[in-house]
Amino acid sequence: MKLLLTGARVIDPAQKIDAKMDVLVENGKIAKIGTGPFSTAKTKDAGKIKIIDLTDMIICPGLIDMHTHLREPGQEYKETVASGAKAAVAGGFSSIACMPNTDPINDNRSITEFVKRKAVEANLANVYPIGAISRQSAGEQLTEFWDLKEAGIVALSDDGKPVMDAALMRHALEYGHSLSLPIISHCEDTNLSAGGLMNEGYYSTILGLGGIPVSAEEVMVSRDILIAEFTRTGIHIAHVSTEGSVRLIREAKKRGLKVTAETAPHYFTLTDESLQTYNTSLKVNPPLRSAEDIKAIKEGLADGTLDAIASDHAPHARTDKELEFEYAANGISGLETSLALSLRLVNDGVLTWPELIAKMSTNPAQILNLPKGTIAAGADADITVIDPQLKWTVDVKTFYSKGKNSPFHGWEMKGKAILTIVGGEIKYALPSLNL
Amino acid sequence: MKFTRKDILGIKDLSVDEINLILETAESFLEISTREIKKVPTLRGKTVINLFFEASTRTRTSFEIAGKRLSADTINISASTSSVVKGETLIDTARNLEAMNPDVIVIRHSAAGAPHLLATLVKQSIINAGDGAHEHPTQALLDMMTIKEKKGRIAGLKVAIIGDITHSRVARSNIYGLSKMGANVVLAGPATMLPRDIEQMGVQVHTKLEDAIIDADVVMMLRIQLERQKQNIFPSLREYSQHYCLNSRNIKLARKDAIVMHPGPINRGVEISPDIADDPAYSVILDQVNKGVAVRMALLYLLTGGSE
Repeated sequence: MKLLLTGARVIDPAQKIDAKMDVLVENGKIAKIGTGPFSTAKTKDAGKIKIIDLTDMIICPGLIDMHTHLREPGQEYKETVASGAKAAVAGGFSSIACMPNTDPINDNRSITEFVKRKAVEANLANVYPIGAISRQSAGEQLTEFWDLKEAGIVALSDDGKPVMDAALMRHALEYGHSLSLPIISHCEDTNLSAGGLMNEGYYSTILGLGGIPVSAEEVMVSRDILIAEFTRTGIHIAHVSTEGSVRLIREAKKRGLKVTAETAPHYFTLTDESLQTYNTSLKVNPPLRSAEDIKAIKEGLADGTLDAIASDHAPHARTDKELEFEYAANGISGLETSLALSLRLVNDGVLTWPELIAKMSTNPAQILNLPKGTIAAGADADITVIDPQLKWTVDVKTFYSKGKNSPFHGWEMKGKAILTIVGGEIKYALPSLNL
Repeated sequence: MKFTRKDILGIKDLSVDEINLILETAESFLEISTREIKKVPTLRGKTVINLFFEASTRTRTSFEIAGKRLSADTINISASTSSVVKGETLIDTARNLEAMNPDVIVIRHSAAGAPHLLATLVKQSIINAGDGAHEHPTQALLDMMTIKEKKGRIAGLKVAIIGDITHSRVARSNIYGLSKMGANVVLAGPATMLPRDIEQMGVQVHTKLEDAIIDADVVMMLRIQLERQKQNIFPSLREYSQHYCLNSRNIKLARKDAIVMHPGPINRGVEISPDIADDPAYSVILDQVNKGVAVRMALLYLLTGGSE
């Protein structure tokens, strides 16, 4: 089946395209993109071609969420590869990368292959596993990077169990770099963050909750930049949450270091002030920070210091969250709100449309070395169509993700993915499109 | 004034009028505890559950006596703090208790915010008897009642609170309460025991005990938790007691008629020297305990519709 997408504004930062164009999809690939004669194909090929009128819509390369948690194997009650992939396409993501903190940890070929097989069975989004840096993510012994790479991982990270041993991080950077495997660092000095439940500041003080200082993150951002510099490698900093981290990364980039970074929507949307109700859906690690940090994150996104927006999708079951704040699990189910929250940046003038698409598709593809993130002719036909004006209300009950843990429940949003095409096949379409 | 609040979760939420009403009601109950027959029928047929997830002698006993002197049926539950170990969540515990139709649930919990979670779940009144390092409203109320009795007022007094402010729910509730009532609250403790941005609560902060207690009308000493030494937030009890122990020498910096308070249990010779703790010229520590019963009687009375 051929698909002809007509009438939309096409934004592809990789090709520097931002214009009204048509896109023809054939055999899972982008066959043609442009204006002019080929648009007449709609009449010529009638019958053999599905024509979708997307006037007033935006077509962009399929969005890529480079930081998710899919919980399978081991915690299928929170999420499975299939339910996560369904949530992904519903949120506009044609590709997602998933962290290794499953049970068992993805620190060997068999787990990587298992996750990939589950993704093939689900047949929804492309799922790219991220392997563990250390065995059991225990921070002691390197995993078999080479074997993991052959099995299909796209990056390495010990996710929420940060590599505290600086020498181990050095070796991971050197060995990983030689295999072109990016290292993703969850920057947290666990000695500084010990006992912490939220950002350390006035609100942790009045709430009597243990504080996590911004320095717990910044010390590690600084350390990792320095090690990457010395080893002449590169580092990707996950979910940046503080003003200081933005400054450190900006300086590193200015000095020409191969440092990339992502932030997550909640770090430019919510502050620690919101925790005054002890609402556990706001409990996340790194924690929600201050208004000044939000301002710095937005500046970092605008000036290119922060390359990517990733959801840090962390689905949990009710039993993990309906507890005393101290005992509740960290994390926000983010796949189905990430785009809409990020679109607020465009609506507020922080980012242009092409900049937003770059941070949610082009740049993640580059950082993870994925053959994705563009809709140039010949590329895989991974396409997201966004209705920029669609007003909707977040209702966790309608989430495809098993994780209903969202602090954005009830929020009014503007803009939504209405069509997600993966490898030329429609994997999600807003029901009202009647496709 | 009618008391319309469902729960007492913290002093932060209370207005000056509400605090005054509670203190006045408590004052009217003081006398009951001095009678030969220390019981009135006011809360006959009401049920009060003391749900304690954290060890407590003083507060739990005080609530139990308060309930009994008002003829309420009081039930004490000592539960395990860890829901994981216990196998039942706080939410389930709460719903089960709710199904037995008590009138008031008093909760103490090591996790800050646990009483708030409970209050959103059940229709009964919740009294926070201490949640983590957050609030301990009944302690602050009994402290304010004691100060009011001994000093005749709260407004305009200088109150110094000394010790581990970071981990103290007593300090937080008293900062809110005393500030609302017009006192000048000054804190002192080792820099490692002063939580970040605490001055935004409207208090002055010092790291030397002497700087805080100069001309103080009230000196409130906090219990130092011995296990904090392991977290390296202070080097040793020896050094702590040398610099943060209230004794007969440094008390002279306070006003001559200053009173000394402590929420208990006291570590004699650590944060307070025995000669001060036992000196009736200064120490009102046992008056605080005495007022505690009256304050808790007042809250049980007000929450069960006593002001109607």
